[in-house]
Amino acid sequence: MKFRRPVIAISVLLVTIMAAILSATLLRAQDLIIDLSTPVVAITAGFSGTDLLLFGTTRGGEGDLVVVVRGPEESPIVRRKANVSGIWINDDNVVFDYVPSFYALASNRPIKNFVPDDVASIHQIGTDQILFVPQENDHGNINVTEFSDAVIRIKQTEGLYSTEEIDLVYLGNGLFRTLVHFPANVTVGTYGIDVYLFKNGELIDNQTTLLNVRKFGVEAEIFNFAHRYSGLYGVLAVLIAVFAGWLANVAFRKG
Amino acid sequence: MDIYLPIAEVSVNIFLILGMGGGVGFLSGLFGVGGGFLTTPLLIFIGIPPVIAVATEANQIVASSVSGVLAHWKRGNVDFKMGAVLLVGGVVGSSLGVWLFTWLRALGQIDLVIKFSYVVFLGIIGALMLIESVKVIMVKRRRTGVRKKLHKHNWMHRLPLKMRFHKSQLYISAILPFIIGVLVGILAAIMGVGGGFVMVPAMIYLLGMPTSVVVGTSLFQIIFVTANVTILQSVNNQSVDVVLALLLLAGGVIGAQFGARAGAKLNGEHLRGLLALMVLAVCAKMSYDLIVRPVELFSLGAGGH
Repeated sequence: MKFRRPVIAISVLLVTIMAAILSATLLRAQDLIIDLSTPVVAITAGFSGTDLLLFGTTRGGEGDLVVVVRGPEESPIVRRKANVSGIWINDDNVVFDYVPSFYALASNRPIKNFVPDDVASIHQIGTDQILFVPQENDHGNINVTEFSDAVIRIKQTEGLYSTEEIDLVYLGNGLFRTLVHFPANVTVGTYGIDVYLFKNGELIDNQTTLLNVRKFGVEAEIFNFAHRYSGLYGVLAVLIAVFAGWLANVAFRKG
Repeated sequence: MDIYLPIAEVSVNIFLILGMGGGVGFLSGLFGVGGGFLTTPLLIFIGIPPVIAVATEANQIVASSVSGVLAHWKRGNVDFKMGAVLLVGGVVGSSLGVWLFTWLRALGQIDLVIKFSYVVFLGIIGALMLIESVKVIMVKRRRTGVRKKLHKHNWMHRLPLKMRFHKSQLYISAILPFIIGVLVGILAAIMGVGGGFVMVPAMIYLLGMPTSVVVGTSLFQIIFVTANVTILQSVNNQSVDVVLALLLLAGGVIGAQFGARAGAKLNGEHLRGLLALMVLAVCAKMSYDLIVRPVELFSLGAGGH
């Protein structure tokens, strides 16, 4: 990651150090333990989305919990259509950096009831708190917020950002569980899962775990082959087609 | 049953794709058309990204053209010399087309150009076919014959680089078939079609080739043009989905057999009228998408890193 402005870099560094010290002191207490039903989501031939079970314990005390699942960062280009002589064509565009490809949020009760604004902002808790950094600073008279709102809206329609908080359920004795859904169109890569524990409106602990979303089997082989040896892939695609055509002709003659 | 397409990166119902391939295959068997101009829009309608739809369809056309050309070759209906001139033009044109495709994709305008090309070409071809079939039906009712001039000498015959094409019984400049090849190649790359629906009329009316060798020769040329498009699309855009192509193909092969059988039993002119109406329907749907204000004005694309 590189930062454009030194101020941002320094403040991020400070926050990171503070968070590190804070979590180091709290880690000894081990208030929060979390785990996943599987550390790897495998995209295979029959993949049409999957549910991931996240569970853990707060060691007896039942504070308020927020789980945030963030997909690998990407730099999407957001285009807006405009009507040019009767036809709707892509006109203005904005590129954002460090946009999470996936964002899901689960909590035991509405987060606005217990997450302080400053904490929500620092940890980007809530889709409205996601930081959208335009790649270029000058966009003339384009309203950049309209474009970042569009990212959230489109991602929500595609099922990649959660529209409302997913239910997180306490089962008793501080044991909790929640189910996060991953649709078929998820991006592959490393996902970060952050769990924040609040007590009386104060963040007292947080834990992070990683999830790997990978393509497996023939699908992965084909994708990698197409990207690594694209010329050879094209030639093979043609040869397969020629063979299939010949086969069809032979079958047709006999039939 | 859903299947995850590795390149398109979406999950689709396997029977929907097989059925679509079968349906279009049935129509191509029935009407003797390639079907690319129907499959590509259908793929776009069901949510395959246009970039993937176009490149994958080119791959499928390679297969259907090979199986078609083998049948014509056996009957001696392929003018290989003419085909060679056309395919030199086709390779030049399709290379130019893929380059144009990649450039438009970077600009964010490729989807528009694909849809716009479809509206224009489907509109023209559909209208012409409809007029033609209505005319033939009317003429048949009046029981009068129409006389056409077989061969007209004009400016085309004064062009240099004349070549003799024995099979087509022509002595014409190689420049004209070359240019036709280039134009059809560009269309093939941008629209994901073989271009037979443009090339066949061009060969008959512009070059004056005998109808018996036209289809075989155009199929022969289409193999090489679509093969070139498949390879170049793979290299430039990594947008050829072999799994999708194979599914379409499997459905298409079976559909084409039934289509050819059904076609033998039905009235040809009425069929052509029906095909024309269908082509116009696809064209209307595409125009509608371009003209009506979209529900979502914004779209996301893979940006720069």
